[in-house]
Amino acid sequence: MSAALEVAGATTGPGTQAVDPAAHGSAGPWRTALGQLVRNKAAMASLILLVLIVLACLCAPLYASKIAHVDPFASNVSGTTIIDGKTQPLLEPSSTGLGLGVTPIGPTWDPTHYFLGVDNQGRDVFARLLYGGRNSLLIGISSAVICCAIATVLGVLAGYFGGAVDGVLSRLFDVVWAFPVYLLAICLSVVLITSGLDLGPVHIGPGSLWLPIGIIALIYVPYVARPLRGQVMALRQKEFLQASIGIGASDWRVMRREVLPNILPTVIVLLPLMTALNMLTESALSFLSIGVQPPNASWGTIINDGLGLLYTRPAVTIAPGLAIVLTAGALNVLGDGVRDALDPKAKLRGAA
Amino acid sequence: MKSRHVLASTALTAALVVTAGCSSSSTPSSSANASGSAAAPTSFQEQHKGGTLHLVAKAAAGTIDPMINYTLQYWQLYQAMYDGLLAFKKVDGVKSFTVVPDLAEEMPQVSDGGKTYTFTLRKGIKFSNGADVTPDDVVASFTRIFKVNSPTAGSFYNGIVGADACIKTPATCDLSKAVVGDAKAGTVTIHLVAPDPEFPYKLAVPHATIVPKNSPMTDAGTTPLPTTGPYMVKSYDPNRALIMVRNPHFKEWSHDAQPQGYPDEIDETFGLTVEAEVTAVENGQADWVFDPPPADRLNEIGSKYAKQAHVNALTAMWYLAMNVNIAPFDNIKARQAVNWALDRAGAVSLYGGKNLAQPVCTFLPPDFPGHVDDCQYTKGGGTTWKEPDVAKAKQLVKESGTAGQAVAVVTTDDEVNKAIGENVQSMLNEIGYKATLKPISGNIQFTYIQNTNNKVQISLTSWYQDYPAASDFLNVLLGCGSFHPGSDSSINISGFCDKTIDAQMQKALATEQTSMDEANMMWGEVDKAVMTASPTAPIFTPKLIDFLSARVGNYQFSKQFYMLVSQLWVQ
Repeated sequence: MSAALEVAGATTGPGTQAVDPAAHGSAGPWRTALGQLVRNKAAMASLILLVLIVLACLCAPLYASKIAHVDPFASNVSGTTIIDGKTQPLLEPSSTGLGLGVTPIGPTWDPTHYFLGVDNQGRDVFARLLYGGRNSLLIGISSAVICCAIATVLGVLAGYFGGAVDGVLSRLFDVVWAFPVYLLAICLSVVLITSGLDLGPVHIGPGSLWLPIGIIALIYVPYVARPLRGQVMALRQKEFLQASIGIGASDWRVMRREVLPNILPTVIVLLPLMTALNMLTESALSFLSIGVQPPNASWGTIINDGLGLLYTRPAVTIAPGLAIVLTAGALNVLGDGVRDALDPKAKLRGAA
Repeated sequence: MKSRHVLASTALTAALVVTAGCSSSSTPSSSANASGSAAAPTSFQEQHKGGTLHLVAKAAAGTIDPMINYTLQYWQLYQAMYDGLLAFKKVDGVKSFTVVPDLAEEMPQVSDGGKTYTFTLRKGIKFSNGADVTPDDVVASFTRIFKVNSPTAGSFYNGIVGADACIKTPATCDLSKAVVGDAKAGTVTIHLVAPDPEFPYKLAVPHATIVPKNSPMTDAGTTPLPTTGPYMVKSYDPNRALIMVRNPHFKEWSHDAQPQGYPDEIDETFGLTVEAEVTAVENGQADWVFDPPPADRLNEIGSKYAKQAHVNALTAMWYLAMNVNIAPFDNIKARQAVNWALDRAGAVSLYGGKNLAQPVCTFLPPDFPGHVDDCQYTKGGGTTWKEPDVAKAKQLVKESGTAGQAVAVVTTDDEVNKAIGENVQSMLNEIGYKATLKPISGNIQFTYIQNTNNKVQISLTSWYQDYPAASDFLNVLLGCGSFHPGSDSSINISGFCDKTIDAQMQKALATEQTSMDEANMMWGEVDKAVMTASPTAPIFTPKLIDFLSARVGNYQFSKQFYMLVSQLWVQ
């Protein structure tokens, strides 16, 4: 979270320039920022990597049905396959010594045929990796968007109105912040994933992806809303905002037309960083069996599935682990690039 | 008995004394490993005495009080520390089911139509604190069972005169008229409300241990009570280790009941992961792993360390319990569909392969009294299970009108149970249901699935026999008397109560008093009737691996309490 806080600490950015009359006629702050981002090779490489990962994950159904011809969600413990012309069980019983244990077939490195082998249920690991990526990315991105949206609304309200509104909202943030983030996520998940959630007429089932999305989004709201609130409080004192209030603009108009555009760059910078963070949280929860529920997959659940095969089939664990590292790393580098582009004066993460 | 780790309270079965006497011909041999226990010595081998035996377990198992602790982890250790009036024979194989006199000189004199048991205590036996074992200690120990709320006080010892009042108000428990000690004659007389042929068995388990009369009438917790056996607890820290050393006052009085131990010290240390435990044993840093080895180490243990592994068949069963009182399994066709579709071989693979488990489709495990080879749910027919018939299952689901219903499979959250649960979930989805998996902590799952208030539709569970009698499976798990709606202690998890089948069970129980062979034939018929009604779907009968370090010798496996820890040689 340190990166998010540093970024959010900057109180002015392209948004400020966006309402600066002197800027009219030039390339424009957003276009300038985009130009800078495009020139950032590391950020562009990350973006390309992310696009490739997303495309690959989106093609999961195509891969499973048309290329690998497998059902990645159905157990196939007693299934067989043909390798080097020989029929082999997917879970091969030990034939040495006392004949204890079974070992799933390992990577064949043939993209059309159990590329990364099978897991302990006889399911194609590569197909599940692609499907798992869809869920991990969906949860990471959705929860980051929801989190940033809620945090923006609450941060703006608290920072703009101050007083009692700020007092109540800030105390709410404090309450959530008081819990270690993973402990809070685990507590909510254990309760909700056992019985689902009833919100009036809406019932969210125990296996629904909306549960991890909602939980992860909520627990990080204070981490985004707090710095935004500070930024809005600083903006509140700016002359252009005072002038707007002075000419009789309504609170709603001031928040929408003056405040929001000025904090938007910060939110945009936070978005990829929060996506990476939320993906990691989702993976952790799913690893603990309290995130995505079987037979659905996410990179965290696949790591969990591979835990019991660590000695014999490490690929089941390493592959999703690598996918998480690459995606989270790419998101962070891209996030840094976006920050550099939108706010060149901001200190880089880790800078003194 | 529920699972390897937690012993659940059960009703015991009738005529078990007779069964034990006959059991040597009815149960499979124990060790699969040539280095096992075939040549177990019948007397103490002085040359192997000494050394320290290092055991490892992932975690401690709670209180060290033998009258309260109800885990196999410590029951296995208690065998070398505590004694009751009677004991299970501490030998290898099926003879371990035989009850022999322990602190009593001989088997009790039974009078008053089976309601009075008189024991004569052996002379000269001392507790580890140096005090003599007297009839007063025995009387106090029986009172203590109730005062400390022993988990089996209400199921094992409720037949003692006055037990009802003791169960209601343990603090004022008074058994002076029911358990009478005669210090001069050295006898103890126990009066029962009604004849109980199972009573000797109940006296041979750790909850009927004899402890000094001045022992605290509350849970001893981590403070060990004085012992009578060859070892006593030197220290117990649940976060670190349990250390057992020799009892200086022990002299072997019966090799069958309480043999002298070989190691000078037995340590059980806690805190390692099971993976690390296995590595420690492979490296000779530990001598035995209590916990079941992880799936990815089985092949290594079975091949590279085959000489150090001992695989023993258990008279136990893993099964799916289907709630016959709520949808969709209130429909017999839905239940039968599960039995048809269940991939038992797949579950065996997930458990560790065919050398660690055997698929079953009868409720009584193979080679168990009353078992008859029969399989009503296998593709192609026959008396043994071959493969599932998913098409037939789908057809039954369709006919039942339950297709498309939501079904939650409740399992424990450990690796093996969860994997089998996921397999079952996949099977249910395939035959037409919308299945979800609900893995919950092993600490609560067993009581959770018993309570009807939790509306559990289908659950994965297991049952490990208390004694080799068919009633311990059929009557205990599926009898009307074991179904208690709304209670955490309703071991008839399916809620199955078929009056006709229940009458058959009662008849078989009554027949056990006169002819065990005839009774077993009747149990075989009960088993078939139960499988037709399908309240459960038996999956497999498991085996147990004991993984020992290379230096350990004289492995012996008691069918009752598993590996005899004190009989291992470390030098």
